[in-house]
Amino acid sequence: MSHPILACRDVCKLYGPRAERFVRDGKLAAEPSALAEAGVTAATLNVSLEIERGETFVIMGLSGSGKSTLVRILSGLTPPTAGVVLFEDRDLASMSEHELIQIRRHQMGMVFQHFALLPHLTVLGNVAFPLEIQGRPRTEREARAREMITLVGLDGREGRFPRELSGGQQQRVGIARSLAAGPDLWFLDEPFSALDPLIRREMQDEVLRLQGLLKKTIVFITHDFDEATRIADRIVIMKDGRVEQVGSAEELVLKPATDYVRAFTRDAPRAKILTARAVLAPAPPGGDFAGEVAATARIASFARDVERATKPFAVTEGGKLLGVVDRLAMIDVLVGHADRAA
Amino acid sequence: MSVADARPAAPAAMPKLAPGKLLWPLVALVTVALVMAPAGALPAWAVKLPAAWQLGLAPQISAFMKWLMESATFGLFSVREFTRAIAWTLDLPLSAAKAVLSTGLVIGQGSDAVKLAPPIPWFAMVALGIAAGYAVSGVRLAVLMGLGLLYLAVFGQWAGAMVTLASVLVSSLLGAFGGLLLGLACVRWRAVERAVGPLLDLAQTMPVFAYLLPMLILFGFGPVSAMVATIIYAMPPMVRVTILAIRAVPEDVRSLAVMTGCTRRQTTWKMLVPTALPALMVGVNQVIMLSLNVVIIASMIGAGGLGFDVLTALRRNDIGAGLEAGLAITVLAILLDRFAQGLAHGAERGAAGRSGRRLALWAALAGVAALWLAAALWPSLATYPEAWRLSTAPWWNELVRWINLTFYSQLEAVKVFFLLNILVPVKRFMLALPWPWVAAVVTLAGFRLGGLRLAAVTGLMTLFIALSGLWPAAMVTVYLCGVGVALAMLIGVPIGLLAAANPTARKITDVAVDTLQTLPSFVYLIPFVMLFKVGDFTALIAIVLYAVAPAIRYTAHGVSQIHPALIEAGVMNGCTRLQSLLRIRLPLATPEILLGLNQTLMLALSMLVITALVGTRDLGQEVYSALAQANVGKGLVAGLCVAFIGIIADRLLSAASGRLRQRLGLG
Repeated sequence: MSHPILACRDVCKLYGPRAERFVRDGKLAAEPSALAEAGVTAATLNVSLEIERGETFVIMGLSGSGKSTLVRILSGLTPPTAGVVLFEDRDLASMSEHELIQIRRHQMGMVFQHFALLPHLTVLGNVAFPLEIQGRPRTEREARAREMITLVGLDGREGRFPRELSGGQQQRVGIARSLAAGPDLWFLDEPFSALDPLIRREMQDEVLRLQGLLKKTIVFITHDFDEATRIADRIVIMKDGRVEQVGSAEELVLKPATDYVRAFTRDAPRAKILTARAVLAPAPPGGDFAGEVAATARIASFARDVERATKPFAVTEGGKLLGVVDRLAMIDVLVGHADRAA
Repeated sequence: MSVADARPAAPAAMPKLAPGKLLWPLVALVTVALVMAPAGALPAWAVKLPAAWQLGLAPQISAFMKWLMESATFGLFSVREFTRAIAWTLDLPLSAAKAVLSTGLVIGQGSDAVKLAPPIPWFAMVALGIAAGYAVSGVRLAVLMGLGLLYLAVFGQWAGAMVTLASVLVSSLLGAFGGLLLGLACVRWRAVERAVGPLLDLAQTMPVFAYLLPMLILFGFGPVSAMVATIIYAMPPMVRVTILAIRAVPEDVRSLAVMTGCTRRQTTWKMLVPTALPALMVGVNQVIMLSLNVVIIASMIGAGGLGFDVLTALRRNDIGAGLEAGLAITVLAILLDRFAQGLAHGAERGAAGRSGRRLALWAALAGVAALWLAAALWPSLATYPEAWRLSTAPWWNELVRWINLTFYSQLEAVKVFFLLNILVPVKRFMLALPWPWVAAVVTLAGFRLGGLRLAAVTGLMTLFIALSGLWPAAMVTVYLCGVGVALAMLIGVPIGLLAAANPTARKITDVAVDTLQTLPSFVYLIPFVMLFKVGDFTALIAIVLYAVAPAIRYTAHGVSQIHPALIEAGVMNGCTRLQSLLRIRLPLATPEILLGLNQTLMLALSMLVITALVGTRDLGQEVYSALAQANVGKGLVAGLCVAFIGIIADRLLSAASGRLRQRLGLG
């Protein structure tokens, strides 16, 4: 039985003059109309999530969906109006300020949407900042900071001030700073939405590369479904402060739980999301195959081979034949009929 | 380019000691050495300016003024006739306002005087105040106006308050309108703006007394001179606000004016001014408050009114009466401020949906007219009955006597401690500094912070002060203001930090700071003269109290404008509260705090002339005594010295703040 590194149960954040009383009166389970009547706005409502160690968990939603509030609750920046947040099975609300500070110093790191670099410190000073406030000696923290700066590819810019860097470079500094203390849990709050599309892609690759290297638990907030599918193990889609669905990108595309999720995923790049398993057809008897693909392989990775071949490809898992994919299946995926598979 | 100028961007250029870093410690070291130097080690001319080097501007200015008033002519008429004509014109509205509010309409002089009409009866004024408060802002202001005006009547301050009010109303009307016109001219013609800019600086930093004196000579002794001085002092903010507000009118509005075929005049009065009205009203508020400040000061030299009441009471050593009049000034200030704020907010909201309130105002005006008529028939109605008057003066007297008796040794100990440990040593230090060295350091600071231009400005101004022959008085000024400002910052910055961190504290300090800034500077002196008698220490407390407001306000503002994400970044990195304060909030708020320091210093300087009343020996005293001797030249030169000290400090601090802001990337 694995324990999630971070979990929240029935977390709510309400705003309004009578928000506290609203919770005390136990009206949370009531209809949304009750909220409006009481003059209370809900930023998040009854959110329960479990984030496993080592996974990349994406919180996804449009602006106003409550995703930013949720990440602020998960990181302990804002206390929830109701519900609990458990970090390594311990309730954040029950911790003393000292304990929280210790956790943030050693176990959590965060990247901010608008970088939040300290303008009066150099790149080196910014990256070393988390270590400085821990009181580590100068040589140690600067050595570590230089390591981090190298890691994000900013060698030679240690002495620059944040304003002298481009947006992408600034966010690299933000990333280096968030990793300097070696956290287990890494929050990225819309880290790339302030960047140009090209740079954004480059930075997503950077996160994937770092994740391959460092194996952190990542909580990543975004409003961009493409971005979510590129980096996520699991995605939670939020709307109006509530959870619409939690699952892998493929599950969201294939089995949308609500119309909202369906609308959201309709234009998703299916070839990059779906795996061979999702589109396979039963193997005809006496199989004659052009080749073989793994059941977990994304369609985009083999689509071209299948289209070129006249014969279908075998879909296998652990050497066992599960079925076949052929040209027709590829075209269906790309055109958008997933009915055959679903 | 020297190494010190190399950009910090160079990698690996970590904090090795650049020559720039050593500069200021070195300067400090030399300064201390110069002060400690035994007598005779320095050349005599460096310690005390030889009389032959002095510019001798003062007698020349005096002689020029004399010539101007006695001999100069425009051909058809003399300068004297011209200025007296202006004075006569300006006197019309002032006399009218005084007649209506205070003296009643009188024809003839002395015993031949025939009273044509009484002033507006006190209860009619109270009703009018309530109606006006309601019309401008609502019930709350109406209640405040009613209570405030009743206070003035009940405690016997009515007559003084109405004289003061009449002066304030007339001079702020003229000041606001004049400021608006001048501001519009500045927007329209660049040349006007370039010419007016430095004059505005001068008018704002020069002590009022310094130009009160030439006014007296130009316009004759009397309330008009005081009014002109008031207008000059109160107008600059209006000019600046007008320039900013008109420039901030959206381009679309201007385009609309062009497309609908407005003439220039129509564009200005039908488009620009109405659009900018909410911002302009902020300027009007400032004009009113500054006018009150100066009217109080000016009334001490014979114009009558509340300031005069305070001064005479203090001279009689009637502490209670002084306090009562001081409180009346406070009440009047608060009423005027809230009323002007109500006007400004009203302009912001627009006039929609206030017809009911307008109606109330018109009804009240009609009522006032009726009451006035009634008072003309039965004159006894016009004045507040003597029998209903209350006085707290004996009570105050008793309280102060009790405090002085009970805590005499404690009060004395505090005073002596400050004098011996802070004031006297700093004063000695400042007076021991050789003037060429001070001039050199100021020039150097100007150069480091703002290049050659700033160096030239600050250097020349310092030199002017040195050569004016008022160096010792100037150094006393710097010492008194310096200590005052340092204490104000020591008190104000922590309070500002607290206010930024805690909403409750913020509310309390907001009210306190508002009140502190509303009160005319003169009020601050009153309670401390009673406790500590006259002298530098009393002056110091008054300066600190008067100047602490911007220290609090700017610090609180500087900290709370920091982007919340930066604070959160600190939290997520595990900053403790103290670390967050020292490593994030304070460094990022520093440019703003420096601006607060600048403001604090300006207020401290403006307090100088007032503190001269309690016997300080600084430039303020020079100005004040010049006024008493009717010595125009001396007064102007001393006033210019104060203005220059202010301008030097302002330019250096602004430059420092700007540089820091740039370095922090705050734009």
